[in-house]
Amino acid sequence: MSKEKSSLTLAAALNAALADEMSHDDMVVVFGEDVGTLGGVFRITEGLSQQFGDHRCFDTPLAESGIAGTAIGMALGGARPVIEMQFDAFAYPAFQQLMSHLAKMRNRTRGHASLPVTVRIPYGGGIGGVEHHADSSESYYAHTPGLKVYTPATVEDAYLMLRYAIRLDDPVIFMEPKKLYWTKADVSLEELRHEFDRRWAQVETQRDHGEPYARANVARTGEDVTLVSYGPSVVTCLAAAEAAADEGISVEVVDLRSINPLDEETIIDSVTKTGRAVVVAEAQGFASVASELTARIQQRCFHSLAAPVLRVTGFDIPFPPPMLEKYHLPSVDRIMDTIDDLQWDDTPVDYSPRVAVGGRS
Amino acid sequence: MPENAQPDLSEEQAKKLGISLEDYLLPTHGRIQMISESGELLSIEEQGSTPGHEYPMPTREELLAGYRQLVIGRRVNDQNYALVRQGRMAVYPSSHGQEASEVAAALCLSPRDWLFPTYRDTVAVITRGVDPVQVMTNFRGDWHQGYNPHEHNTSIQSTPLTTQLLHAVGMAQAARLKGEEMVVLGMVGEGGTSEGDFHEALNFASVFKLPVIFFVQNNKYAISVPLSRQTAAPSLAHKAVGYGMAGELVDGNDLAALLAVLGRAVKLCREGGGPYLVEADTYRIQSHTNADDATRYRHSAEVDEWTKRDPLHRMRTYLQNEGALTEELEAQYQDDAEQVAASLREAMGQQPDIDPLELFDHVYTVQTPQLAEQRAQLADELARESQTEQA
Ligand SMILES: Cc1ncc(C[n+]2csc(CCOP(=O)(O)OP(=O)(O)O)c2C)c(N)n1
Repeated sequence: MSKEKSSLTLAAALNAALADEMSHDDMVVVFGEDVGTLGGVFRITEGLSQQFGDHRCFDTPLAESGIAGTAIGMALGGARPVIEMQFDAFAYPAFQQLMSHLAKMRNRTRGHASLPVTVRIPYGGGIGGVEHHADSSESYYAHTPGLKVYTPATVEDAYLMLRYAIRLDDPVIFMEPKKLYWTKADVSLEELRHEFDRRWAQVETQRDHGEPYARANVARTGEDVTLVSYGPSVVTCLAAAEAAADEGISVEVVDLRSINPLDEETIIDSVTKTGRAVVVAEAQGFASVASELTARIQQRCFHSLAAPVLRVTGFDIPFPPPMLEKYHLPSVDRIMDTIDDLQWDDTPVDYSPRVAVGGRS
Repeated sequence: MPENAQPDLSEEQAKKLGISLEDYLLPTHGRIQMISESGELLSIEEQGSTPGHEYPMPTREELLAGYRQLVIGRRVNDQNYALVRQGRMAVYPSSHGQEASEVAAALCLSPRDWLFPTYRDTVAVITRGVDPVQVMTNFRGDWHQGYNPHEHNTSIQSTPLTTQLLHAVGMAQAARLKGEEMVVLGMVGEGGTSEGDFHEALNFASVFKLPVIFFVQNNKYAISVPLSRQTAAPSLAHKAVGYGMAGELVDGNDLAALLAVLGRAVKLCREGGGPYLVEADTYRIQSHTNADDATRYRHSAEVDEWTKRDPLHRMRTYLQNEGALTEELEAQYQDDAEQVAASLREAMGQQPDIDPLELFDHVYTVQTPQLAEQRAQLADELARESQTEQA
C-alpha cells in the first residue's frame, strides 16, 4: 500500500527528508526563525517540533549570525545542525560566520575538525516576492572554498540530496529553488527511502565519502546543443528544449545538482557530443557560477566546439520588483534566441552583443 | 572619530533630578500610561511615573493633531488590507493596532530631524508627509520603494531587519560632522532587537553620545515567534542601561503617553546628544502580512484582549470627554482619511506605468558598458514582442 505513488510536492519531499534524518540520528537538530510552531514560512519544517520535541526543532531569537554561529559550535560539539535562513537575502547577516568559520574550520584545524552543518536557503525569484526575497546568492557560496553547494531541481532530488547533505561531514549550503516548492511529482516516498538506503550503503561500502550527488543529471538527451543549468532554471531549460524540438533542434539539458563539487565529466561528455553549449542561470551573470561554467567548457571542450559558449542569465541589476521580474529572469524565448545565435552553418556569425550599443557594432 | 567633546548627559541629568544614575538609566517600574483603556485620565500615581520619570500631559492641540493622524493611519491600514484581499496590491504588513506608536514616532520629530522606518511603518512614513501612493509602490510591486528620502528626511523602509538602526546612527554622525542640530529616530520591532546590528547600533550611539532615539515597537510576535524567544530581560527598555543610555517603557496604545515620553527623549537628545531607548508595549492585531496565518501561533482570546486596548478608541473617548473633539472635527478627520483612502484605491486600481528599461537606469550614477548592452538587448526583445503582438 505504501508503495503506491502519490503526488508529492518538492516542499513535502524536503519535509520528509528532514523527518527521516531526524529519526535516523538523534544528533540531527533543526533550528532557525519560525521553524517551530509555524513550521517555517514555506512549511518545510512543518510538524517536526511536534514529532521530535522542541529540543530537536526550535525557533531561535531573530539573529542569523547567531543561528549560523551556534550551529558551528554545536557541530564542533557533535551535533548535526540543519539551519534555515528564511530567505536568500536574509542570510547576509550570517556571512561572517559562514565565510570565516563554517567554510574554513576543517582547513584551519588541519583536518581535525569537521562541521557537518547544512544551511538551507530558499532562493531565487519567480514568486512575486517583495524586495530582498528573490536573490540568487549561490555564487557567493560557490566562490568560497570549504563549502559544498547543492541545489535540487526535482522532487526526487530534493529528498535524496537533502538527506545526503545532512549525512556529509562537510558543510553544505543547500539552495532550495523556492519557485519549485509547489512542483509535484508522482513518486512514492517509500521508494525514495529505499533508493536512499541503497545508495547510502554503496557510499559506505566503497568508503566513498565522496559524492553520490556530485554527479550531474542529464535531464533530457539531445544531439545539437547542450543547455547547462541548475536549480530553478532547469525547468525553463526543459521547456525551451521542448520548444526547440518543434523547430527541429535537438537539445540536451544537463542539471548540475551540485554546483560545488562540480561534475565536469558529464558536462564535457555532453558538450563534446553536441558541439554547442548555452549556460543558463537566474543569477546575475557577471562574475557568477555561469561565468565559471562558460570558462571551463570553453577550455575543456575547445576542439569539439562548433560555436562559442553563450550564456543566458539575469541582468546585472538588483533583483527587480515583482511586476518587472519577468523581464529579468531567463525565459524560454531568451534561451531560444540564444540557441539561434549559435553558429549553425558556415556563414560567419558576429559575436559582438546581439544589439549594437553606443558606437560599437 | 574625532575626540568627543559632548558632556555626559546621563550623569548630569541624574544629578539634576537628584536620583542615582541607575535610576535615571533604568525604565520606570511598570510602564508610562496616561489615559486608561476606557479613555479616563489616570492619576499621577497610576501613570507609572517615579522620581525622574514624571511626564507632563501633551497639549490639547498636540493630541488633536495626533488623533487626526490616528484616524488617517487606521484608514490607510484597513484600506491597504482590503486592497490586498482584492488582489490589487501584492502584500501589506499592517500596523493596525499600533497606530499610536506609528504616529507618535513621526510627530515627536521636527521636519529637520530624520526618521528610519521598517516595512511595517508605513503609517509613520505617511505621517511624515510622504505621499501614500508613492509609499505603496513597494507593496504593489512596481518599484522597491522609490520615494526621495531627502524630501521629508525619511529614509526608505528597511526590509532586512535592524540594519536601518546603524544608518540612523550614521546619519547623526554626519549631522555632527556638518555641525547641524538634528535628532534621529530609528524604528525596530521586538524581534529585530535580537539581531547583532541592534547591539552595534546602540553601542555606537552611546559611545559617541549621538542624538538617536531607538524606538522599539514591541508587538509581541516576530512572525510566529513570541517575545519570550527574543529576550529574557524584564523589558526591552532595560537593555539601555548596559549601553549607558536611558530607557523608558511606555504604553504603545496610549498616544498621550507616547508623545510625552518620546517628546522628552527628543528634548534630551537635542540638549546634549545622548541616545535614548523607548519601548512601546503594543500588539499586532492582524497577521504579519496577508501571507501569514496568525491562528497557527496565537489564540483569539489574546487578540480580543488587545483589541479592547485600541489606541484610536481610547484617544477619541478622552478627547470627547474633554470637550476637545467635537462632532464637526471628527467628521472632518474622517473626511481627510477618506480622501487618502480614495487616492489609494484609485492609484492601486490602475495598472502602474511600467517601463522595463528603467531597470537599468538606477544601478549606477553612470551606466556601465555592460548594462548599456543589456539594456539594448531588452529593448530589442520588447520591440520584437510588440511587433509580434501587432502582427
Ligand atoms: C535579517 C532578516 N531576517 C529575517 C527576515 C524575515 N522577517 C521579516 S519580518 C520578520 C519578523 C520581524 O519581527 P519584529 O522585528 O518583531 O517586527 P514586526 O514584524 O513584528 O513589526 C522576519 C523574521 C528579515 N526581513 N530580515
